[in-house]
Amino acid sequence: MYVAVKGGEAAIKAAHELLADRRRGDRALPAISLEQISEQMALAVDRVMSEGALYDRELAALAIKQARGDMIEAIFLLRAYRTTLPRMGYSKLVDTSAMQIHRRISATFKDLPGGQILGPTFDYTHRLLDPSLATDEEVPAPEAVNPSDDQTDEPMPRVSDLIAGEGLMEADSEEPESGCDWDEPGDLTRKPMQFPMSRDLRLQALSRGDEGFLLSLGYSTQRGFGRSHPFAGEIRIGEVDVEVEVPELGFAVSVGRIQVSECQMVNQFKGSKTVPPQFTRGYGLVFGQSERKSMSMALCDRALRAKELEEDILAPAQDEEFVISHADNVQATGFVEHLKLPHYVDFQAELKLVRQMQSEFYESSPQTAEADDTQEAAQ
Amino acid sequence: MQHTQSSQAEAAYAEKAQSNEKAREALSPQQKARQERMSVLAHAQMAELIRLWKTLELDPGCELLRGPETGLVALRGRIGGGGAPFNFGEATMTRATVRMENGAIGHALMLGRDHGKAKLAAVIDAMASDPEMEVRIEMSILAPLKKLATDKDKGRAAQTQATRVNFFTMVRGDD
Repeated sequence: MYVAVKGGEAAIKAAHELLADRRRGDRALPAISLEQISEQMALAVDRVMSEGALYDRELAALAIKQARGDMIEAIFLLRAYRTTLPRMGYSKLVDTSAMQIHRRISATFKDLPGGQILGPTFDYTHRLLDPSLATDEEVPAPEAVNPSDDQTDEPMPRVSDLIAGEGLMEADSEEPESGCDWDEPGDLTRKPMQFPMSRDLRLQALSRGDEGFLLSLGYSTQRGFGRSHPFAGEIRIGEVDVEVEVPELGFAVSVGRIQVSECQMVNQFKGSKTVPPQFTRGYGLVFGQSERKSMSMALCDRALRAKELEEDILAPAQDEEFVISHADNVQATGFVEHLKLPHYVDFQAELKLVRQMQSEFYESSPQTAEADDTQEAAQ
Repeated sequence: MQHTQSSQAEAAYAEKAQSNEKAREALSPQQKARQERMSVLAHAQMAELIRLWKTLELDPGCELLRGPETGLVALRGRIGGGGAPFNFGEATMTRATVRMENGAIGHALMLGRDHGKAKLAAVIDAMASDPEMEVRIEMSILAPLKKLATDKDKGRAAQTQATRVNFFTMVRGDD
């Protein structure tokens, strides 16, 4: 139980002033600008947008600055901000196959239509600290190769579609009956969570989930806690168009572009008496360049399909309620950090209780207590 | 096998492109032009938009009917990339509707929180309802914006293309 406390106004004000001072740091150094954060700490901005579940680079950069680089605090700030805005509508379904590609790789096919594009990756770097970055050295412009005409028009189909074309892979999801549209997807921001949960809601929760938590859970499935034999069928990062219907005009307009990372995990087989064995899949889709998180999300998505695919639920990563209830770092930090708020009255009650229990203990068995004392002294 | 895969994927592609085309065909030429105009304005960088707008040397009076106001648009992806929809986050979005002195109405809808840009885009949209002005706007604002966007995309695509990789598989063993 939390009982309200009063007072401390002056101290709180002073603490906030001190926070502002420490946030600014040494005044001899120039203040960092939002543009600098957005450009040079771009992946931090991506993470805050992804877990804050709000795509706005400038606001995410501001949140990082305000939080002194504390990512979860920044995510909290962004989530708090989004609650102040009205919901204007839903986008049309984002088409990731029509992406302006920044990176696209497959660990399952080396020659695939559209090619393997490494993009701006940390892969294949030696992970040696680079002293030249300690100074403001000029960075040369990257190499550019104008794509040939057939490369420009070359489609970049999703790898999952390639395997699915041969009937070796389960479909994206069960198609609605002909003539019907897809069911309206659930929305966690509108309705409280309930278990069991449908896959669309799970994906929404995972997409805003904590990267570290999803990474560890994904890792656990690889180490044997809910094995699902994954291959990274495809990872693609790039910009997709966001289209929104304008009701007054009766058509949709493209309102801008967002960067997303998509991961298709290809996992081992599932078949039945009527359906031949097929690869199964996990899916990840997150804001920004967040490859690690999209992969972790896809691993968790696949693990959480255990019930649907009639697998034994033995591992934490397969436990829907466990995973989804604990994936949100804003909720998690709220509950963990609330422990530091004044709990004086609760604690007084517990102190009184433990004193009473001790006195009852000594009254009922004084010898035992003395014997324990001697033993402790001997140790 | 590789060949059948890619031809199947290409067929799926063509089918999708066709259905998109069908949806577009249902619109009148004016609607299509407006759809493109609003999209080009939404994608524009504010600095570029202002620079090009100034070349027209216009200062029309207008009345704001709605906004500019900022809210959220829920973004929808598809399970597996092509399956059932799911909501995967939100983005900030700003909209504005204006009425010009001649009664023309203009709309703007764009990601972000730039009220000035939304208002300017709505004004340009309204003014383009006049056929003569539409030509000037196309020439002085929309065409340069489209070129800037295409050039930027091409530049990025060229840098990306330089990182295209061919992996070789090698047989491991003693012989």
